[in-house]
Amino acid sequence: MLNTVVLIAILIISAATIGLIYRVIKGPTTPDRVVALDAIGINLVAIVALISIALNTNAFVEVILLIGILAFIGTVAFSKYLEKGVIIENERDR
Amino acid sequence: MKTNDIILQTATKVVLFIIVLFSVHIFFAGHYTPGGGFVGGLLTSGAIVLLLLAFDMKTVSKILPVNYIHMIAVGLLFSIGTGAGALLFNVPFLTHAFGHVELPVLGDTSLHTATLFDLGVFLVVVGVTMTIIQTIGEDE
Repeated sequence: MLNTVVLIAILIISAATIGLIYRVIKGPTTPDRVVALDAIGINLVAIVALISIALNTNAFVEVILLIGILAFIGTVAFSKYLEKGVIIENERDR
Repeated sequence: MKTNDIILQTATKVVLFIIVLFSVHIFFAGHYTPGGGFVGGLLTSGAIVLLLLAFDMKTVSKILPVNYIHMIAVGLLFSIGTGAGALLFNVPFLTHAFGHVELPVLGDTSLHTATLFDLGVFLVVVGVTMTIIQTIGEDE
C-alpha cells in the first residue's frame, strides 16, 4: 500500500521536474531559468525523501538538508550576479 | 540605483548558524553515519560563502580574521601528527587508538584519534575552498 503511494508520488514529482527542465531549456530570460533550477533543487529534495521511504532507510536525511542549503546558496549567488554583476564585492559602498 | 539587500542580510544572520551547526553535526557524525571531515568542511565553507554573498570581503575578513593558508598548514599538521604519534608507541604509521573515557559532563564517551585526523581534513578542506574563492573573488 505505502509502496504504491510512494511510487505514484515519485512519478508525479518526476513529471513536475520534467516540466521544470522544459522551462530551463526554453525559458526566454535568465531569471526564468534560475527560478526553474531552484525549483528543481526543491523537487530533488522531495525525490530523495520519497526514495528514502521506498528503500526504508534514514541514511539520506542529511542529503535532504544539504540539497536545500546548496540550492539556497546557489540561487542567492546567481541572483546577486544578475542584480549587481559581481558575486563577491570587495567593499560595500555605503 | 542604490540596492538594499536587508532581507538577504537578515536571513543570512539566521541561516548561517543553522548551516554551521549542521556542518558540525555532520563532522562528528562521520564515524557512525554518512558524513565526515570532507562534507563538513565543504558545508562550513558554504556558510562562509553565504556570508561573503550577503556582505563584502572586508566585513567578512573583519568577522573571521583567519589566514586560510595557515589553516591548511594547521590541518596538514593535525593529520600528519596523528599519523606520526603512532610511531611513539612502537606501532606502524597511521595506527589509530581508541577507548572509552569517563568525561565529567558527557559521561561514558568513546574517543578515537581518527577524529583528530578528520579534524585535519576538515581544516584543509575549509582552507583550500576559502583560499580559492577569496583569490578568485578579490581581483578587480
